[in-house]
Amino acid sequence: MADKILKKLNIEVWRQNNAKSKGKFETYTIENISTGTSFLEMLDILNNDLIEKGIDPIAFDHDCREGICGTCSLYINGRPHGPDSAVTTCQLHMRKFKEGETITIEPWRAKAFPVIKDLVVNRSAFEQILQAGGFVSVNTGGVPDGNAILISHEDAEEAMDAASCIGCGACVAACKNSSAMLFVSAKVSHLAKLPQGRVEAKRRARNMVAKMDELGFGGCTNTQACEAECPKSISISNIARLNREYLAARFSE
Amino acid sequence: MSKFLYASIGRKFLMSVTGIFLLLFILVHLTLNLLLVFDDSGALYNQGAHFMVTNPAIKVMEPILALGFLIHILWSLFITWQNWRARPVRYKKQDLAAASSWASRNMLILGSLILVFLVIHLANFFWKIKVSGSPLLEEEIVAGSNMHNTYALVSTLFKESLPFCLLYILGACLLGLHITHGFWSAFQTIGFNNKNWLKRLKRVAWVYAIVVAAGFSVIPLYFIFKF
Ligand code: HEM
Ligand code: SF4
Ligand code: FES
Repeated sequence: MADKILKKLNIEVWRQNNAKSKGKFETYTIENISTGTSFLEMLDILNNDLIEKGIDPIAFDHDCREGICGTCSLYINGRPHGPDSAVTTCQLHMRKFKEGETITIEPWRAKAFPVIKDLVVNRSAFEQILQAGGFVSVNTGGVPDGNAILISHEDAEEAMDAASCIGCGACVAACKNSSAMLFVSAKVSHLAKLPQGRVEAKRRARNMVAKMDELGFGGCTNTQACEAECPKSISISNIARLNREYLAARFSE
Repeated sequence: MSKFLYASIGRKFLMSVTGIFLLLFILVHLTLNLLLVFDDSGALYNQGAHFMVTNPAIKVMEPILALGFLIHILWSLFITWQNWRARPVRYKKQDLAAASSWASRNMLILGSLILVFLVIHLANFFWKIKVSGSPLLEEEIVAGSNMHNTYALVSTLFKESLPFCLLYILGACLLGLHITHGFWSAFQTIGFNNKNWLKRLKRVAWVYAIVVAAGFSVIPLYFIFKF
């Protein structure tokens, strides 16, 4: 199917010079965009226009542009990663938009994700949560035999599903409470489902949740918006598991 | 332990436990009040009400119930405020309906309306029975024992006031909506959920919500149409 050309689009975008300055929305128009263009390519084209006009280009995060690194973000027309489901912004294409449409682009909004510039937010809070327990403490030694510990297919699959979280932060952006529960639950689950990670499961849940609270993320009220907007469709059943691990940890103290 | 009740999952745990307790209460409350439509003489309902006020177990439960409501309400304000603070700069354009149910996003609004209803409801019946009294409540003898004519108090309100009937139906529907989300959410919060159970719990949540909404609506509807 041949790509169509969108003759004109209005791009309403959040502009903010730096973390301290007060930002505001600006609207730019862009012409002749092929529906086969990716959303980030559209922004590249817009930025070229802006540079030619002597305007500071729009800052936005991106890296792999193939949906695996979790660097791209953007809250597009009221939804994280835009109107498509189970994709990252770099995998979103202009065929999802209509001729003449005004596309509103905002940064992730959360106290724990402060804006650095324009659409770029600081997501190091996720790293801090991981540092609080998202790992397996290993004492070095000989390489163990791969088949020494048997793992059921279901457990392996669930662990892999949880491990597919790319840490993009869309769950936080989507949540009305800016809660990081889906992210934390994915990180807790992919380790808790496997014997090596199981050992520290309770302590991990407790420490990561404490860090999450400390960093100013909200609490979960089970709206399920995170799961619906997650590019990797991480299931909220992981949140139930995190709740289980956390409560077990607290009640055994 | 006190830190637990302020931590994100701890706060939610308290909501869940009190919520499940209120769910159980509401089922007992519904069962008892459905007696209203099974005997127009009122003897059956009065016996039920008499049993509830004289039963020692219920006497113990009454303050616990009040406490359950109080904690549920206070913590609902607390968590909603905490969660609201987590996003100091709001979005300009939000399409929340694409990803979550209306009830799940508006539990505090639903809860607050239920609270308004609850206050009116307590003023209608509880206050008159326990504190102020009412000429309608005059004692009568049913099955050999003296008891208040609670039936007269309740049925008179519904027989004489269509607005009150409609208010009670509205209250029942609001509570039903609260439960469509609250029921399964409460189990998710305490960790009782997984991929298989999510579907089941949601189905049961809807059944529970419909039973509660329809059950409580039947009572005023019965009086509207019968009398
Ligand atoms: C008989 C009446 C009520 C019942 C049966 C009930 C039941 C429930 C249940 C089961 C939950 C779920 C808890 C969880 O997600 O873990 C819940 C949540 C909630 N309730 Fe109620 N509730 C009632 C009255 C109220 C009232 C009067 C208010 C307040 C003003 C209220 C405010 C809330 C709020 C804000 C939540 C949401 C918590 C969240 O989203 O995380 N509820 N309720
Ligand atoms: S859970 Fe999904 S939305 Fe949240 S950070 Fe991981 S991949 Fe992104
Ligand atoms: S840029 Fe890597 S996931 Fe989008």
